[in-house]
Amino acid sequence: MKIVVCVKYVPDATGDRGFNEDGTSDRESVDSLLSELDEYAIEQALQIVESGVEAEITYLTVGPDDAKDALRKALAMGGDKAIHVNDDDIQGTDALGTSLILAKAIEKSGYDLVVCGMASTDGNMGVVPAMLAERLGVPQVTFLDEVKVEGGVVKGRREGDVASETIEASLPAVVSVTDRTGEARFPSFKGIMAAKKKPLENLDLDDLGVESDEVGLSAAWSTVDSATARPPRSKGEVVEDEGDGGVKLAEFLAAKKFI
Amino acid sequence: MGEILVLVDHVDGAVRKPTLELLTLARRLGEPSAVFLGKGADAATETLGRYGAQKVYVVDAAEIDDYLVVPKADALAQIAQSANPAAILVPSSADGREIGARVAVRLGSGLITDAVDVVAGENGPETEQSVFAATYQVRAHVTKGTPVITVKPNAATPEEAPATPAVESVSVEFSRAATGTKIVSRAPREKSDRPELTEADIVVSGGRGVNGAENFVVIERLADSLGAAVGASRAAVDAGWYPHSHQVGQTGTQVSPQLYIAAGISGAIQHRAGMQTSKTIVAINKDEDAPIFDLVDYGVVGDLFKVVPQLEEEINKRK
Ligand SMILES: Cc1cc2nc3c(=O)[nH]c(=O)nc-3n(C[C@H](O)[C@H](O)[C@H](O)COP(=O)(O)OP(=O)(O)OC[C@H]3O[C@@H](n4cnc5c(N)ncnc54)[C@H](O)[C@@H]3O)c2cc1C
Ligand SMILES: Cc1cc2nc3c(=O)[nH]c(=O)nc-3n(C[C@H](O)[C@H](O)[C@H](O)COP(=O)(O)OP(=O)(O)OC[C@H]3O[C@@H](n4cnc5c(N)ncnc54)[C@H](O)[C@@H]3O)c2cc1C
Repeated sequence: MKIVVCVKYVPDATGDRGFNEDGTSDRESVDSLLSELDEYAIEQALQIVESGVEAEITYLTVGPDDAKDALRKALAMGGDKAIHVNDDDIQGTDALGTSLILAKAIEKSGYDLVVCGMASTDGNMGVVPAMLAERLGVPQVTFLDEVKVEGGVVKGRREGDVASETIEASLPAVVSVTDRTGEARFPSFKGIMAAKKKPLENLDLDDLGVESDEVGLSAAWSTVDSATARPPRSKGEVVEDEGDGGVKLAEFLAAKKFI
Repeated sequence: MGEILVLVDHVDGAVRKPTLELLTLARRLGEPSAVFLGKGADAATETLGRYGAQKVYVVDAAEIDDYLVVPKADALAQIAQSANPAAILVPSSADGREIGARVAVRLGSGLITDAVDVVAGENGPETEQSVFAATYQVRAHVTKGTPVITVKPNAATPEEAPATPAVESVSVEFSRAATGTKIVSRAPREKSDRPELTEADIVVSGGRGVNGAENFVVIERLADSLGAAVGASRAAVDAGWYPHSHQVGQTGTQVSPQLYIAAGISGAIQHRAGMQTSKTIVAINKDEDAPIFDLVDYGVVGDLFKVVPQLEEEINKRK
């Protein structure tokens, strides 16, 4: 069977992230990397294959030129091939548009199972997997802390709004996994060398039959009016505990009327 | 004024607080109509009316409880298609975000997630989001279709505006996809007497420095002396010292209380993402260089096992 893992290339969360004049996210001043939460998706796809399910793993990203780095890292962890959708007209696309492009690329490559992260570490919306399921017309088995594929059925545990739920669906399906599914492996040296030889296909909007006026900043379904840096918190008083740290803290809380 | 649909978040008819906040916000935009899915509408109607719902749409079908997300999206989308509202507000929860996502695709509408404020603007509802680990405030609006907006807990203070809602029972034609993902079993989370993380005015959190499940009682006792909720860092949760439902941060719960107390937490960016917008921040950490101290209004460099019990004792003394 065919597994497609969606991975996003994002500005490093530990860097000084910000916005451009036009409200799009600034990808120049901060290094980008494979979204850490997508490493869990890669790990689970690899484990599904290692559990005995015969499958080919394809990584898919929609992003700028450097987004290839994310695909290379994924391929170094394991898996078979990668697809990079890149087009000048994509910049500034919102979740509706991104899910449209991803869905077209997934349909083109063929799939039985789509695996996503729970959310990107930049937009952090946690909606693309549900949108993909909606667009592809297949079940969503999302937000899983545990995932298993057996006999054409995908099953998992989801921390729902008020209960912990066991959910299942028949393939084909879209899955998303949380950071509680287990730590992702590091690429080995051998893996990094092998990744260089794995096929990486480049696609643009034409290849996917997406019109350039359907996506991108000008076609976005929503628009940013302003993005303002919050003033950094000013650092208050920090005292050394000399046996009365708790009392001093209580005095602070009392002055602030918390006690 | 246009109709504003508010998706009700409830447990067997007990309406949860975020819904009251959504109804309050909806009144700024138009006339709120509550969309109640599942069992218990009778019990909920009075509360929904008290917070201003002019109308309550009720969908009570087995599919709602037995299958994941899609039946609820079907119901909300169908109601939206016939009511043609000016906006749709949905609670930012695991289910809420995904329901909103599917409804937005279906209606061909723009989606804004995790709004911390919503006001009426020239171009329809204007939202405020707190992004990049709460270092930026973004104002945005939807430009296509019916704005679908998911709203975080505590975005507004619920205000009563008593109304007697008209109740309309709706029968939904579920899509083929509705029964695609079966909920095989449900284990309700353990209830505690402490306030919920997102609703608490004060949160006391423990991290790796707490050094063991058995030591979390130190954090709990401080929390109880303040009537606070208990939080934990991912390090503490991953170690199995405290349940995941208490995790504060990017992949846990994002809180914005009046007072946040961090004990034995270093202050990694992913933790800050979940607590940086708290009004007042206090930390206890034995490392004076811990990044958490950059955020604090007051900090104590010291051993939490000495400082926290002393603080608790002092609070109880002053009561
Ligand atoms: C700070 C910020 C706020 C934003 N707010 C909004 C908003 O309110 N509304 C809106 O419509 N857009 C918004 N966007 C744009 C939106 O984030 C992007 O369009 C994005 O591609 C989809 O959303 P996400 O990154 O949040 O994905 P999520 O839904 O959080 O991603 C979940 C999973 O989907 C997959 N995935 C997501 N994007 C890609 C990709 N490009 N390539 C491959 N796989 C992918 C990954 O597996 C990922 O783990 C925002 C962007 C930023 C930076
Ligand atoms: C994609 C991603 C998502 C993440 N999501 C989250 C999230 O949602 N929430 C979250 O919290 N983390 C999250 N993390 C993890 C985060 O990066 C940190 O690893 C984590 O927050 C560290 O927890 P900590 O501060 O408890 O532990 P540490 O960083 O180990 O800090 C422990 C602190 O305790 C202090 N200490 C030790 N003993 C004592 C004592 N006796 N008295 C006083 N102080 C003491 C130490 O000086 C130290 O500063 C995420 C990471 C990634 C990559």
